[in-house]
Amino acid sequence: MALSNQEPDHYTSTGLSHRKLLMWTFLGSECLFFGTLIANHMINRNKADLLHGLSPACILDIPITSTSTFVLLMSSMAMVLAVAAAEQGNVKHVRIWLLGTILLGIGFLGFQVYEFKAFVDEGLTIGTNLFGSTFFTLTGFHGAHVTLGVIWLLSMFVMSYKRRDLVTGDPLNLDIAGLYWHFVDIVWIVIFTVVYLVGAIGLSCTEIG
Amino acid sequence: MATGNELLGGVLAKRPVAATGLMSWLTTIDHKRIGILYGTTAFIFFIVGGLEAFLMRLQLSSPNAGVVSPEVYNQMFTMHGTTMIFLVVMPMGAAFFNYMIPLMIGARDVAFPRLNAFSYWTFLFGALLLNFSFLAGGAPNVGWFAYAPLTSTTFSSGHGVDYWVLGLQVLGISSLAAAFNFIVTIVNMRAPGMSMMRLPVFVWMTLIVSFLLVLAFPVLTVAITLLLFDRLFGTTFFEVAAGANPLIWQHFFWAFGHPEVYILILPAMGIVSEILPVFSRKPLFGYTVVVFSGVLIGFMGWGVWSHHMFTVGLGPVANSAFALITMLIAVPTGIKIFNWMATMWGGSIRFTTPMLFAIGFIAMFVIGGLSGVMHAVAPSDTQQSDTYFIVAHLHYVLFGGSVLGLFAGIYYWWPKITGKMLNELLGKVQFWLFFVGFNVTFFPMHFLGMDGMPRRIYTYTSEQGWEFWNAISTAGVLFIGLSLFVFIQNLIHTRRHGEMAGDDPWDGRTLEWSISSPPPHYNFAKIPNVGARDDFWGQKYSEDSEGRAVRIVQGGSKGKAEEEGHNIHMPTPSYYPVLLAAGICMIASGFLSHLAVTFIGGILSVISIYAWALEPATVSNSNDDERGS
Repeated sequence: MALSNQEPDHYTSTGLSHRKLLMWTFLGSECLFFGTLIANHMINRNKADLLHGLSPACILDIPITSTSTFVLLMSSMAMVLAVAAAEQGNVKHVRIWLLGTILLGIGFLGFQVYEFKAFVDEGLTIGTNLFGSTFFTLTGFHGAHVTLGVIWLLSMFVMSYKRRDLVTGDPLNLDIAGLYWHFVDIVWIVIFTVVYLVGAIGLSCTEIG
Repeated sequence: MATGNELLGGVLAKRPVAATGLMSWLTTIDHKRIGILYGTTAFIFFIVGGLEAFLMRLQLSSPNAGVVSPEVYNQMFTMHGTTMIFLVVMPMGAAFFNYMIPLMIGARDVAFPRLNAFSYWTFLFGALLLNFSFLAGGAPNVGWFAYAPLTSTTFSSGHGVDYWVLGLQVLGISSLAAAFNFIVTIVNMRAPGMSMMRLPVFVWMTLIVSFLLVLAFPVLTVAITLLLFDRLFGTTFFEVAAGANPLIWQHFFWAFGHPEVYILILPAMGIVSEILPVFSRKPLFGYTVVVFSGVLIGFMGWGVWSHHMFTVGLGPVANSAFALITMLIAVPTGIKIFNWMATMWGGSIRFTTPMLFAIGFIAMFVIGGLSGVMHAVAPSDTQQSDTYFIVAHLHYVLFGGSVLGLFAGIYYWWPKITGKMLNELLGKVQFWLFFVGFNVTFFPMHFLGMDGMPRRIYTYTSEQGWEFWNAISTAGVLFIGLSLFVFIQNLIHTRRHGEMAGDDPWDGRTLEWSISSPPPHYNFAKIPNVGARDDFWGQKYSEDSEGRAVRIVQGGSKGKAEEEGHNIHMPTPSYYPVLLAAGICMIASGFLSHLAVTFIGGILSVISIYAWALEPATVSNSNDDERGS
């Protein structure tokens, strides 16, 4: 729905467009969604005696995740440049930076797939213990959000060829997609901090396991 | 447009054109029609939920009765609670939000008309999915709050809990979409001059309810997702054997559940705040205070959830903190009650049916509120928890409170919605039957609770001394049933013989009364310019030196342009909201039948989303095009 640029919003009481306000409200709701998932993880991650040796400190790979975090952060920068290009009406630059955002987003998802596979190979699945349950649920929902964002941006990329009026004709469309993208990025910063850094750094594997 | 049409083979250009009949209702995006759909559906589920309650009361009317089996009894109280909360009170509130908010703020529709239609259809399909469980081997039977670990596959091996989870997921999507829509509508679509502090109180309460929904529902979404994962994918979120603490469920559920309580009561408070001034012929006493106490209730509603958990052993510090905040939240609520009474004080009161329901609301809500303060005292709550005393309390606030308030709204706005006055005599008969029946049914539950009768038991023995009050309580249900019969009779009578209402039958104060009844599809031929709070009243009346209202001779300037609405572009009906809603419901129901259903639902949803996003919201018809607009 947010792709559509034709809701009749000529006059608004606040001067903000309806669609942008809708996206902000939605993101407010998403804060509580991820907030609850993160709270659930924090409550359950220290059930150390029940971790069957597969504790956060043993299994989380900080260097690799730092790299994927960096990739996602860079995708946000590309997103900013795509929105700026749309506002200037430069469709060529929109395509370049959109493609950049999409590829970086897919790169992040690639890291996540690799990470999930590595964990499963080491014996940690969603049903192994509470850490596995909360970890896969939280990061899985984040990954689903990134995937949705990639599909959305991919659609905008196609539209830049088929329906240019939706992209450079109405930069708000990309602006709103950008809000979503940055939000998902910020959520990852919180997850990276809480799940990975707080969860693993300074604790050796044996201390917990 | 040609390039856009190539994309989906020209499908986008074909928009629904039916103005009457089934297809027009399926594709409507008119907030007024959607409001009527919400209201009708909610009323049907009100009957369903009422029948479930009736079966329970029959079973409890005498000791060791065998009307229903214990298993069916469990399904009844679970579905009664879930139905009345999610399928009756919330959508009945949504019916009024839909119909009234644009009229009250001077707008032609909501901000996202198609999203609005989507909300309704998602609600309907979610409700049907939930109730389909009756046919599919047993409804949920774990109580409306579904405490873990009772809901695990170990203790609930049937599909009832899955239907409950998936039904609520779908209903949650509906509520969230509606809440986003109303926040944007209220914040962004007010007529020129309609500042926030000029909004009718009902609009304010809708805004607060929408914010509560936006922030509370995701918490439930996560909680039931975790439960679903436990049941389907073998996670261990609520598995005690895996080291989980099942109390987490209670925390999550009530962190949603308590704001939800205010989601249920605030719309009724808003309706009453509209009705009392009109029938007292006085402005609402302390408008600002009423609004801000509503806001305060919205904030404080987040800090009281553990008063549902006083007996689980959280310790004296947590219990004291939650007891204190719970007692404090009675303060803004009490402020509202005093403001309503002060509004009536010295007014020239007309005891019409809506006014009777509104006053009945205040009286019943005060009783429910006071017993609520009794549970707020943690030591006292340990005596009351899980007894019929709680059942009495929650019905005084939700049935005597919310439902009476919603009936007040039905009687008050029926003339605006249909153009005909509901019969006053039948209305008063209904009110008194309802009022007496309600109190006969629920007041004895206070005594039963004090005598130690627990909730959610399917029977008791004659030695326990609960016979008499249970029999009385069941007798009261007959009055309530009779009152509903009178109400339906009233609807039929009004449809056939009702007198025409005219634009402004109650001598109202807010903008909806400035247009015809029923309103034209574009609502306002000319968007009003609002100069004051209760602007419409100000156009009809001025004040003499002693502050009495004096009619301005030529009447209100009703702003009826003769050239009615020829140049007004209203959003065009669409197929995709109902298709997307169906797709989402199929995704959910596939988990319970066959994953192929999920897959087809997914494809339908994706197609609908793209078609929705790419179709224009408003398609001008050819006549308008010729005028070059």
